[in-house]
Amino acid sequence: MSDKIHSTKLQDKMERNVWALLIMLLVTLSIGGIVEIVPLYYLDNTMEHNARPEILWQRKEGQALADWKPGDGVRPYTGLELAGRNVYIREGCYLCHSQMIRPFRDEKERYGHYSLASESIYDHPFQWGSKRTGPDLARVGGKYSDEWHVKHMIAPRSVVPESVMPNYPWFEENMLEGETVASHMRGMRTVGVPYTDADIEAGAEQVKGKTEMDAIVAYMQVLGTMVKFDYGVQYRE
Amino acid sequence: MESTDVSQKYNFDVIRWFSVASVIYFVVGTLVGVYIAAELAWPFLNFDIAELSFGRLRPLHTNAVIFAFGGCVLMATAFYSVQRTCGVKLWSEKLAWFTFWGWNLIIVSAVITLPMGLTQGKEYAELEWPIDIAIAVVWLSFSFNFIMTIANRRSSHIYVSNWFFLGMMVMITYLHVVNSLAIPVELFKSYSIFSSVQDAMIQWWWGHNAVGFYLTAGFLGIMYYFVPKQADRPIFSYRLSVIHFWALMFGYVWLGAHHLQYTALPDWTGSLGAAISLAMIIPSWGGAVNGMMTLSGAWDKLRTDYVLRFLIMSLAFYVMSTFEGPVMSIKTVNALSHYTDWTIGHVHSGALGWVGMVAAGALYHLVMKLWNREMYSTKLVNMHFWMATIGIVIYIVAMWISGIMQGLMWRDYDEFGTLTYTFAETVAAMHPYYVMRTVGGFIYFLGTVVMLYNVVMTIRNASPATSASPSPAQA
Repeated sequence: MSDKIHSTKLQDKMERNVWALLIMLLVTLSIGGIVEIVPLYYLDNTMEHNARPEILWQRKEGQALADWKPGDGVRPYTGLELAGRNVYIREGCYLCHSQMIRPFRDEKERYGHYSLASESIYDHPFQWGSKRTGPDLARVGGKYSDEWHVKHMIAPRSVVPESVMPNYPWFEENMLEGETVASHMRGMRTVGVPYTDADIEAGAEQVKGKTEMDAIVAYMQVLGTMVKFDYGVQYRE
Repeated sequence: MESTDVSQKYNFDVIRWFSVASVIYFVVGTLVGVYIAAELAWPFLNFDIAELSFGRLRPLHTNAVIFAFGGCVLMATAFYSVQRTCGVKLWSEKLAWFTFWGWNLIIVSAVITLPMGLTQGKEYAELEWPIDIAIAVVWLSFSFNFIMTIANRRSSHIYVSNWFFLGMMVMITYLHVVNSLAIPVELFKSYSIFSSVQDAMIQWWWGHNAVGFYLTAGFLGIMYYFVPKQADRPIFSYRLSVIHFWALMFGYVWLGAHHLQYTALPDWTGSLGAAISLAMIIPSWGGAVNGMMTLSGAWDKLRTDYVLRFLIMSLAFYVMSTFEGPVMSIKTVNALSHYTDWTIGHVHSGALGWVGMVAAGALYHLVMKLWNREMYSTKLVNMHFWMATIGIVIYIVAMWISGIMQGLMWRDYDEFGTLTYTFAETVAAMHPYYVMRTVGGFIYFLGTVVMLYNVVMTIRNASPATSASPSPAQA
């Protein structure tokens, strides 16, 4: 009875030999991922700055991160902003806030120009999010004052009564450390963010005496301010 | 009734531990879920304590239900069914114990690190790099033991449940290793080597396939063993299971891209993901039909066998969520549903309905087999069944309403052509549904408590309804 083949020869072979089944699975299961992920690395139209290099900050020799002005293009985060981004990740903000504006009329009016892939080129890991229990934050920079953000972080319902966000009073108590920020910037450089030694030194210096509150506010205020958009231009097909 | 020699023929001890751990994590995981649901309804519950805040507890909830509960269920059922279908002991009992203690150590470290805010910041892959390495090692120990047990089998062919478990093991290894690639900067801090659109695609390739392989293929392995066993009938169609298996293995991998519709992910990738998502209805339903039709001619069993009820109801939820998922991947639907609670509702109809109920059915079956006795109370099994079902229905109805409502409110324009609602107004409108969701989740959670009680009582004392066969002494 066990010699009878109930399906095809190949299927029968795999049902009798676990190694054959394993190899077939190794191959079958790799195809979808390879087809969808690998081209994203070499197709030029994936990242918008390939067609429009001005989306990224064209940094000149000897320029510091402090020489950058809003609208100059996407640049790596300063030490303080990176520390703020670390707080953002630590508190799981991405679980309720997206950073990815879709190309719809209502999202444009609510949040601003649709997001580009190149805008998160220095985001390791990306923070696009998947849920909007709170609003999108991709372009929150400059929309509110620093004072508003501080109040909102300490007690969100004091400025937005409908909010369901937790209070974050500990941001004001926790101090930043220069050496930690420097080591984080070096880590980011290892994964490909173009920090210079001077940037890292400046970053460590910048956070001295600063709190996590200063950091998260600095991060909020830079979000979405890096690229100057031209509304007549189609950045993506 | 099976006799004592069965437990001497197979390694049951480690499976007993996995089974009890599963039931405990079922209670814990859903409890954390109920708590964070309540935080969204009543934010004062965050109590200004960092370790209790929503953003830190939510990863604990997802990790507890996926890795702690789901993982222990998969390991219990895989180690049990592979022995029974191959007719041999585990290849190495020692390695199985390593898997048990290793996996539980990982769970303990997750319980400590996640509330501390130590996270990689990638959804469902939050655990930091040292724990990620431990997961890879323990997962491979589990897989290797499983494969070697199959290699040693007495049967000529490998049974279908083992194909599904094997597919899960291979794919989860791929996903976990690639998605977790990161450069450590501290003991519990690292930065992903990926960024932007590539990171997004890799993350959702992981994210959707953690669902597709861990929570679907693995639990289909459970279905293919435990449904025929509990119904005492052979699986409906062998051919259907072959088609189901290969279509699912090949197709599921592609679906992750549908999480990124209309984002900065290129259109071709999202559309490809959506097209294959739609096609996946066919194998998914094929598999569900295969499970349900196994009862063909024996439907009356559902009237008396409450464990079978769990298994069949889980397939009904599987049918529903594998229809809902492809619908939500259609671009026009996704434009509305993305970023809303509809997604949360969809996940939970799969997680509470399919995964939770098939696991409960399999665990009840396992407890009776492993301790060789009837359940302490079949009434309580039935009660758990109804609490679970009612809880899920309340939960997903609340999320459908809030999700669709919020999606519509976001895009609503008044007669002057301006946006009708501020974002804050849409948040306020969610409140009643967040309360309703908490209630549904709480009922489901109470059901798991009933299960834990019933299982503990079953293990502690032989049921009055037990058959005449003597129950073996337990090690």
